[in-house]
Amino acid sequence: MNREVTIIKTAAENALAQTFTQARTRLPGDDAVAAQRQAAFDVFTKEGLPHRRVEDWKYTDLRVLMREAKPLASPPDAAARTSAKTAGAVLRDIDARRLVFVDGAFVAELSDVANLESGLIVRSLGQALADGDPLLTAHLGKLAPAKDVAVALNTALMGDGAVISIAAGSTIERPLHLVFLASAKPAATFVRSLVVVEARARAMLIESHEGPPGSDYQVNAALELFVGDEAHVDHVKIINEGADALHVSTLAAAIGAHARFNAFTYTAGGAVVRNQLFLNFDGEGTVAGIRGATLLKGSQHADTTLVANHIARDCQSREVFKTVLDDEAHGVFQGRIIVRPHAQKTDAKMMTRALLLSDRAEADNKPELEIFADDVQCGHGATAGALDDELKFYLMARGIPEAEAEALLIQAFLGEAIEGIEHAGLREALMESVAAWLLARGRVGDA
Amino acid sequence: MALLEIEDLHVEIDGKEILKGLDLTVNAGEVHAIMGPNGSGKSTLAYVLAGKDGYQPTAGEVRFNGKNLFDMTADERAAAGMFLAFQYPLEIPGVATMTFLRTALNAQRKKRGEAELSTPEFLKKVRDLSGTLGIEPDMLRRAVNVGFSGGEKKRNEILQMALLEPRLAVLDETDSGLDIDALKIVAEGVNRLRSPQRSFVVITHYQRLLSYIVPDIVHVLSAGRIVKTGGKDLALELEARGYAEYQEEAVA
Repeated sequence: MNREVTIIKTAAENALAQTFTQARTRLPGDDAVAAQRQAAFDVFTKEGLPHRRVEDWKYTDLRVLMREAKPLASPPDAAARTSAKTAGAVLRDIDARRLVFVDGAFVAELSDVANLESGLIVRSLGQALADGDPLLTAHLGKLAPAKDVAVALNTALMGDGAVISIAAGSTIERPLHLVFLASAKPAATFVRSLVVVEARARAMLIESHEGPPGSDYQVNAALELFVGDEAHVDHVKIINEGADALHVSTLAAAIGAHARFNAFTYTAGGAVVRNQLFLNFDGEGTVAGIRGATLLKGSQHADTTLVANHIARDCQSREVFKTVLDDEAHGVFQGRIIVRPHAQKTDAKMMTRALLLSDRAEADNKPELEIFADDVQCGHGATAGALDDELKFYLMARGIPEAEAEALLIQAFLGEAIEGIEHAGLREALMESVAAWLLARGRVGDA
Repeated sequence: MALLEIEDLHVEIDGKEILKGLDLTVNAGEVHAIMGPNGSGKSTLAYVLAGKDGYQPTAGEVRFNGKNLFDMTADERAAAGMFLAFQYPLEIPGVATMTFLRTALNAQRKKRGEAELSTPEFLKKVRDLSGTLGIEPDMLRRAVNVGFSGGEKKRNEILQMALLEPRLAVLDETDSGLDIDALKIVAEGVNRLRSPQRSFVVITHYQRLLSYIVPDIVHVLSAGRIVKTGGKDLALELEARGYAEYQEEAVA
């Protein structure tokens, strides 16, 4: 007997359907974009919010974690714009070109779009969609996996974001910093960005996401990144959302031949975070470092899901993800390295480590290798454990108080991932962030 | 003046009594050697003095500089002048040796109410000391003990001791795993620190180290107690005759 099982829609699913119905005619873009939105929304309608029986979302059941869907954010008012002036403070010492988004909308007067370096073009997605920018036609939606429901919702409801192109051979000295700020309004934002770095160009792209505590706003951010042959691109994402926020973000990248690519994610904020990285190594001879540091406390939940898809031969990728968990926090790492049949001589090594500071914290690690080529060097390792008492005693026997000894060991633990960042200022800024987190842990200050 | 007074110390590890009524008094400026067969409780004594978790006494008293040692945590003992040179110094990936040295020194100074050393003062001090111990500047930039040879690790322990200037240094089998050249460097490092105020407890299985660090008093530790005390010649006697008679004595 075959019976169609109808899953009852959750309140959040119904609200999302309503949001889309109401918003679709107002959202920017021509008929082709509207059709793209509809097709994406159909994926959501069919699949619903991902839940624990969907393997890729096993540990992050959005049907449960997303009780309701917030209304789409309205354009930021004066107060919201004012609060944005101090956003991205973690990186205040870094001379970066800031592109500021408040509640998902580009704010030109807070952004630094004057005197662009030669070869650099920066636009807002809202404007580019309204104008029918050919860059979008050629690239938007070509990378992000259409079947992924988070991506599908983003495509259906994308309102604004950054569209950046960097011409072949250009070196953009100043990092580009996309500052995403949520104001106090508990709303939903769907930001979508597209970055196209042509051959032999060089750039560093930072995105930071933050917002106030006490507001259960929702962020769905997606970035499609094209890295040309022999280009050198560093991508850094800092997730410092407010304590009650829900954050889902996706980086989908296609990397050309003989390129250098580094991606780093720093996660310390948000009630529920899902950080997705879908990386395609399309060209041979590329070297990539994919790293992350996550610090969780209270009842925070953060999930990093990575797919490194080696399509072309002779690429090297290193994946290093470190998570520190305190209290009842829940950390998830799912990392999959795929080596396609033509990707001979692939050298891919993935390491994920969780450091549990509390007996109640939970770390789930799911590393996977799918190898279809026969001449490769691939490996993965995963560990989870508490601070090493022997090391702590060694430090204390030299006069270092317990809390400071713990802080030193935690910094050292995360250091292995953070030290992979090439930009010294950024590395120091993140280590300072870690130090501040440790101080807020309350025990260092007591010493 | 007695710097360290141990009276009738009993210590159990995992329910097994390891130290069974140990008495020892170390006066300021003295160098004591504690020799004994494997399993006699030498390393346990070192850990009890340094304050390792799980090494608490079941009976007895230890006064350090007149204060009850067991009222102090490991870091407080260090700040009060206790130093343990580890038999197996640990590797701490991700913590640069310089950071480690500086954090330790400043933590101790802070606890004693002293000002932190300025960066130039600190650097000069470390450079001078490491030079005398044959420690390359490159080692100081590396993570603590990571990739160091056995001899380098032991020299690094002595560097820490020289920098922290303790009142009492307990050297736990510092000679193990050292070749003769490294042994001389380590011994010279210790001898330079000898002073009327500073005391040493040198724990060793072999007499060899005591040819270079000449002790004032030698004790034989067997089955958890000091069973014989003598002058430096006792070490030579032990080297010639072994520990057998003391093991029998302890059992009897």
